Amino acid sequence: MTNRISQGAVALGAGAVFGIGLSLSGMLDPARVQGFLDVFGAWDPSLAFVLGGAVTVAMIGTALMRRMVRPMLDTVFHLPTATKIDARLVIGSAIFGVGWGLAGLCPGPALSALSLGLMPVVAFVVAMVIGMVVYDRLARGRSA
Amino acid sequence: MTFPYWPSLLGGMLIGLSAAMLLLLNGRIAGVSGIVGRLLQGAQLSTNAAFVIGLVMGPPIYLVLFGHWPAVTITASMPTIVLAGLLVGFGTRMGSGCTSGHGVLGLAGFSRRSMAAVAAFLLAGMLTVTLMRMAGL
Repeated sequence: MTNRISQGAVALGAGAVFGIGLSLSGMLDPARVQGFLDVFGAWDPSLAFVLGGAVTVAMIGTALMRRMVRPMLDTVFHLPTATKIDARLVIGSAIFGVGWGLAGLCPGPALSALSLGLMPVVAFVVAMVIGMVVYDRLARGRSA
Repeated sequence: MTFPYWPSLLGGMLIGLSAAMLLLLNGRIAGVSGIVGRLLQGAQLSTNAAFVIGLVMGPPIYLVLFGHWPAVTITASMPTIVLAGLLVGFGTRMGSGCTSGHGVLGLAGFSRRSMAAVAAFLLAGMLTVTLMRMAGL
């Protein structure tokens, strides 16, 4: 039970640090994200620095993880087990990329930007949740 | 000449720190689409909800620290926004991840699957924006 509460506190803190990082990085701004994707136009390299900084620090995390038997507040690491590069992965990611380019929003910044109370962001998040539910329904239907 | 990308680099490092925290303490991947997907399925409800609440609290905390809201400039029309949201939701569930899960943690863990996913969404995103610019959007 204590671990449950600690895990919740860690998740809240990690979410807040993520949201502050997004705000500071400029990646909450769809115009900056689209500027990065606009490689043949007025290219804005910011996103490459954001990703570079994030991956570098996360790599320290994954290196430490390999030296640990279990995470500090749980009995096992919950890691993805899939290893195959299949059509589902590539086509799904490409569909995501089209949506990402159209609006300049991906799940993290869209949720985080909800706090600014802008109608387009709210509409995007509602549509995103519907998209997720639709896929999960279809996938469950196929495996059932 | 000053280097204008410090905020991006530092902000990125905070995102990496968040991912490392969640991984080393809770043993979980800080992939936002995965967290939202599990939240919608009612799995690990309290921790996943706590992460999303924290994420939404980020910009107000930034406001307190820096005295202004982070910029959010949206140029897309409402129908485009809705279509984009549907594609992002569907695609991230189908592809098992987004910019955070595949982009940050996947690359940090040298996952070949994540490298393929990142290549796919970056190329698709670049192609989409290029076509939009060609169409004058």
